[in-house]
Amino acid sequence: MLLIHCPYCKEDRPELEFHGAGEAHIARPENIADISDAEFEKFFFIRENQKGLVFERWRHLNGCGRFFNAARHSVSDKFICTYKAGEAKPEITEEQLASVLPPARGDK
Amino acid sequence: MMGSSNRIPGKGNLSPAKTVSFTFDGRTLTALEGDTLASALLANGIHLTGRSFKYHRPRGILTSGPEEPNAVMDISRDKARTQPNVRASVQEVFDGLNAKSQNRWPSLEFDIGSINNSMSRFFPAGFYYKTFKWPQSAWDKIYEPVIQKAAGLGVAPEEADPDSYANQFAHCQVLVVGSGAAGLTAAMVAAKSGKRVILCDERPEFGGSLLSETQTTIDGLKATEWIAQTLEELHSLSNVILLKRTTAFGYYAHNMITLNERVSDHLAAPHPDLPRERLWQVRADQVILATGAIERQIVFPDNDRPAIMLASAARDYLNQHGVTPGHNIGVYTACDSAWSAAFDLKEAGIEIVAIIDTREDIDAELLGRANDLEIKILKAHKVTATTGYLRVKSVSVEPLSGGARQKFEIDCLIMSGGWTPSVHLFSQSRGKLKFDEANGRFIPDVYAQNCICVGSCNGTDELSDAIIEASTAAGEKHQLDIEYAPSMDGHLIGSPHNIDSNRHSASFVDFQNDVKASDIRLAVQEGMHSIEHVKRYTTTGMASDQGKMSNMHGLSIAAQVLNKDIPEVGLTTFRAPYTPVSFGSIANHSRGELFDPTRRTAIHSWAAENGAVFEDVGNWKRAWYFPKAGEDMHAAVNRECRTTRDIAGIFDASTLGKIEAVGPDAVKFMNLMYTNPWDKLGVGRCRYGIMCREDGYIYDDGVIARLAEDRFHITTTTGGAPRVLNMMEDYLQTEFPDWKVWLTSTSEQWAVIAVNGPKARQIIEPFVEDIDLEPEAMPHMSVREGKICGIPCRLMRVSFTGEVGFEINIPADYGRSVWEAIYAHGHPMGLVPYGTEAMHVMRAEKGYIIVGQDTDGTVTPQDAGVGWAIGRKKTDFVGIRGLKRPDLIAEGRRQLVGLKTKNPKTVLEEGAQIVDDPNQSVPMKMIGFVTSSYWSEVLGQSIALAVVENGHSRLGETLYVPMENETFEVEVTSTVFYDPAGERING
Repeated sequence: MLLIHCPYCKEDRPELEFHGAGEAHIARPENIADISDAEFEKFFFIRENQKGLVFERWRHLNGCGRFFNAARHSVSDKFICTYKAGEAKPEITEEQLASVLPPARGDK
Repeated sequence: MMGSSNRIPGKGNLSPAKTVSFTFDGRTLTALEGDTLASALLANGIHLTGRSFKYHRPRGILTSGPEEPNAVMDISRDKARTQPNVRASVQEVFDGLNAKSQNRWPSLEFDIGSINNSMSRFFPAGFYYKTFKWPQSAWDKIYEPVIQKAAGLGVAPEEADPDSYANQFAHCQVLVVGSGAAGLTAAMVAAKSGKRVILCDERPEFGGSLLSETQTTIDGLKATEWIAQTLEELHSLSNVILLKRTTAFGYYAHNMITLNERVSDHLAAPHPDLPRERLWQVRADQVILATGAIERQIVFPDNDRPAIMLASAARDYLNQHGVTPGHNIGVYTACDSAWSAAFDLKEAGIEIVAIIDTREDIDAELLGRANDLEIKILKAHKVTATTGYLRVKSVSVEPLSGGARQKFEIDCLIMSGGWTPSVHLFSQSRGKLKFDEANGRFIPDVYAQNCICVGSCNGTDELSDAIIEASTAAGEKHQLDIEYAPSMDGHLIGSPHNIDSNRHSASFVDFQNDVKASDIRLAVQEGMHSIEHVKRYTTTGMASDQGKMSNMHGLSIAAQVLNKDIPEVGLTTFRAPYTPVSFGSIANHSRGELFDPTRRTAIHSWAAENGAVFEDVGNWKRAWYFPKAGEDMHAAVNRECRTTRDIAGIFDASTLGKIEAVGPDAVKFMNLMYTNPWDKLGVGRCRYGIMCREDGYIYDDGVIARLAEDRFHITTTTGGAPRVLNMMEDYLQTEFPDWKVWLTSTSEQWAVIAVNGPKARQIIEPFVEDIDLEPEAMPHMSVREGKICGIPCRLMRVSFTGEVGFEINIPADYGRSVWEAIYAHGHPMGLVPYGTEAMHVMRAEKGYIIVGQDTDGTVTPQDAGVGWAIGRKKTDFVGIRGLKRPDLIAEGRRQLVGLKTKNPKTVLEEGAQIVDDPNQSVPMKMIGFVTSSYWSEVLGQSIALAVVENGHSRLGETLYVPMENETFEVEVTSTVFYDPAGERING
C-alpha cells in the first residue's frame, strides 16, 4: 500500500485515503466545441501509459478532497514528488529519477 | 512421560508435570504442555501422519517448522472450528485438540488411493495437461468426480466460521522480523537507542535456532539464558512491542508489512472475547529482516518414507521438546549442522548407526568428536535406497566413486542438504538476489526499500558475524563473545549423485505436490526451458508450502539438464503470503453486517413497522412495496399504482443524491456541467437536467431547483451522487479553479417525502406555512421555501409519476415525524404508501428514463429521446464536442422507444433481445434489447421500454422478441403510455 504525500495537507497518508484520477497535464481545450475529431481523440482517448516516469492525478478523497498531481516511477512505485493542481509540470532531474529506479538485477 | 521411551529425561524445556490430552485419528494421546502436535506425535512413536497428494504414499513428519510439507492435518475444536492443512510442526497441542490425517481412505495405515503409487508411471510431469484434454464427456464422468477426488489434501469446513478476527494498524521506526540471535540483537540495539520497535517471530517462543544450540555460549551465558536475559530487557522497555506466534507474511510498497498473529489457536479454552487471529498492518521506517535459513532435504531414492526427517528437526525435537524421533538413527548429510544433531542424539543415549556424508573433506573437529562418541563415519558416500513402508527400516549406501554397497537397519534417518536463506520477504520487497556459487544459494544483493537483511537470511552463517551485522544495521556495532558456535558449512542441491538411479524409485524434490527429480528432468526434455514453465508443468513449489524446501533442488536439476548455470536459469517469483493465512484474518471485520455499510433513510423504521419489503439499491435499503395481508408483490404494486393515480401515494425519496452549488459563478458552472441552459431559469423554478461525460454519453440526470441567483439545489440519481460530485469537483478544482462556486453534498441532510396524486395538494396543505400551494402560485416545476409542521422545508412541485406531485425536503431528523403527520391526515382520504416498484411502473408509464437502467453508458441524450434538454445555443458544456463525433450522429444508433406486446398479458423479460425477422437463421441479427418492462395495471396491459436501431423512425413497426420456447410479437410505440397529453401533472 502506497504512502502518498498530500501537497495540501502536507502529510504522508496511506493510499486508502486517495483515489487515482488518471494521467496529469491533459488540459481541456478552451475551444473544445470547435476542435477536430483528431484533436478530440488525442484529448479524450489517447494516454501515454508509460513504463517508468509518469505524471498522474490523485484525489485525496477521504481527506481534504483536493485533486493534485504526482510524479512517480510506475515500476518501482516510488514517488518523486507531489504538487498542487495547476502547478507547472516539474522538471525531473537525473538524480531524482535515479533515486526512484527499481533495483537493477543483482545477478548476471 | 508415562510409558514413552521417546521422551528423553532431562532433555528439552517442557515440564513433565503438565500433561494435556488430544486425539489423532480418534486415538486419545497424551502430550506435554508446550509440545507441537508433531513433537507430541513423535513422543508417542507416531511418524506416519498422512498420505501424499498424488500417489498416496505414506508420509511422516519432515521438519520442525513452518516449511513442513508432509504432516499437514485437519485440526478441530468443534464442527465449525475445523481447519484443514494445518502443519503439525506449527500447531501447538492443547487439551481437547482433535487432529485428523488427510487424503486417505478408509484409514491412514490402509489407503485404497495408494494404488496410484504403483501406477505412478502413468502420472508423469504435465499429467494434467496431457490427460485432461478429451473426450469432452470424460470431464463430467471421470476427471471431475474421480481424479479430482483422488488427488488433494484437506477438506474445507462446512459451517460458518464462528470466530472473530482483529485488525491493527501500527507504525514503528524499526520492524524486526525473526528473533534468533540476529533479530534479538537488532531489536535490542534499536530499542536502546530509543526507537519504537516491533519484533515479531512466527514461533511460540523467541530465540529462533538458538533454542536448540545447547553447547553455544554468548558472553559466557548459555544460549537459552542469553535469550531469556535479552527478552527480559526488551520486555522492560516501553518502546518495544514483542509479538510471538506472529508471521510476517507480506512485504509491500513503501515499507508496508503485514503480520498474522495467532492469538488463541494454542489455547484449550480461549476467552470468548479473544480474537482467533490479529492482522497487523505495519508501516515501518526501517525493516530488519532476520528471517534465518531453512534446511533442505537430500534428493535420493525413496527419500520420503515416514521417519526420514531433517537433521535440524530431529535436533529441535530433542533439545526443545525432549523427544527423540528414533532409537537407531542414520544420518545422511552434506552439511556440518547434521553432525551436531548426531552428537546431541548420541549424548542423549540414542544409537547413531552411521553418519553418511557426501563430502570427502570434513572438518577435523567434527571427525574428532564423532570418533570420541564412537560414531561410524562414511565419507564420500551416498544413499542409494531405503526400505520400510509405513516407517523406514533400512538404508543402503555406497561410495560416490562406486564400490561395495552396505545396508544398515535403522528406525529413523535424519538428513541435511544444507541451508536455504529465507529471502522470501526480501524478494517480496522487490530486492534483487545474487547467486552465491561457493555455497549454492541465493542471497540478498540490491535493496529496493529501506530494509536490511542480517544473519543467515543474508548468508552470514557465523554467529559472531551475524551479531555484528545485526547490531550495525540497528545503528551501533556490537561484538559478543561466542563459544561453540554452530557451523552451517556444506551444501548439496539437486541430485548430482543419483542421476541414473533406478527409474522405478522415487527421489522426491517437492513432497507436498509429489514432484520427483525425474519429473523435473522430463519437463525440461519436453521443452519447458524456463523455470516458470518447469514449475507450472510439474507443479513443483506450487503447494501450500510454496517450495520452501524444494525450489533450490528443482532449479538445480533443471539447470543441470539444460546444461546452464543456476543464475542463468533464474528463480521463480516469491509472492505473499510467506505461509498460508486464514481467510478469516484477511476478511477480518468485513463480514456479515460489516461487509458493506447499509444506508437507511430517516423514514426506514416507519416502512419496516408498516410491513414494507425492502430492496437493495446501492448501499441503500429502499421500501420496495407495502403488501397488505394476503397480497403478493404483484397485487400490492397494482394497488399502490392504482391508488396513487386515483387518490394519492406517499413515497420516501430520501435516497436521491443532493448537491448544493453556491456562489457568484454557480449559473456558469451549471451551464458547464449540464447540457441544458440555466441562465433563464428563474429563482423559484425547477428544471430537469441531463449531465454527459466529455464523450457525449449520458452520465446522470435529475431535477435542479434554483433557490437564489447564486444557489442551486441539485438532485442526482440515487447511485450517482458520489461520482457526480467527484466529476463536478474535478472540473472546478482542475479546469476552472478561478470560478467562485462551492459544492456541498447534502444527500443525507435532507429527508425527501414525495406526495403524488390528484389529492396530493389537499393532503399536505394543512401542514404548510408561508407557501401558496395553488396551481397558479406554485405551478409544476417550481420550488418554494417555507415551513411544514413548523419545520423549515424546501418544497418542490415536481413529479416522477405524471400526477400532481410535491417533494418535501426537510432536515433528515424530522423526516419520520413529518411523514407520520402527513400520513395520519391523508390515510383516511385514501393515501397509500408506495415503494420503488410502483415508482418504477408509474415512471415507465410516463416514459421517464432511469439512468443506468434505460441507459448503459453508450446512450446519448438524443438516443434516449431527451435531446430537447441540450441547449442549442450553448457554446460549451461537458460533452458538447463528444456529441458531434461521427458515430454519435450516424444513422443506425439504438434509440429508446416503447414496446407493446401483441398479447397485452405478456410481460417481456428485461434484457431480452429484439430482432426484426424471427425466421432468419441462428445466430440472428439483434437490433436492440428491452431495458424496462412491467405490467401496467392502470392501462390493463404490459408496457416496455427498449433501445432499438433507428427506433425513433420505427414507430408502428412490428418487431420480435425470441425467447427460449416462444417468440413474442411487439409493436414499437412512443415511450409515453399514460396521459400522453400530460394534463394530469398540471392539475
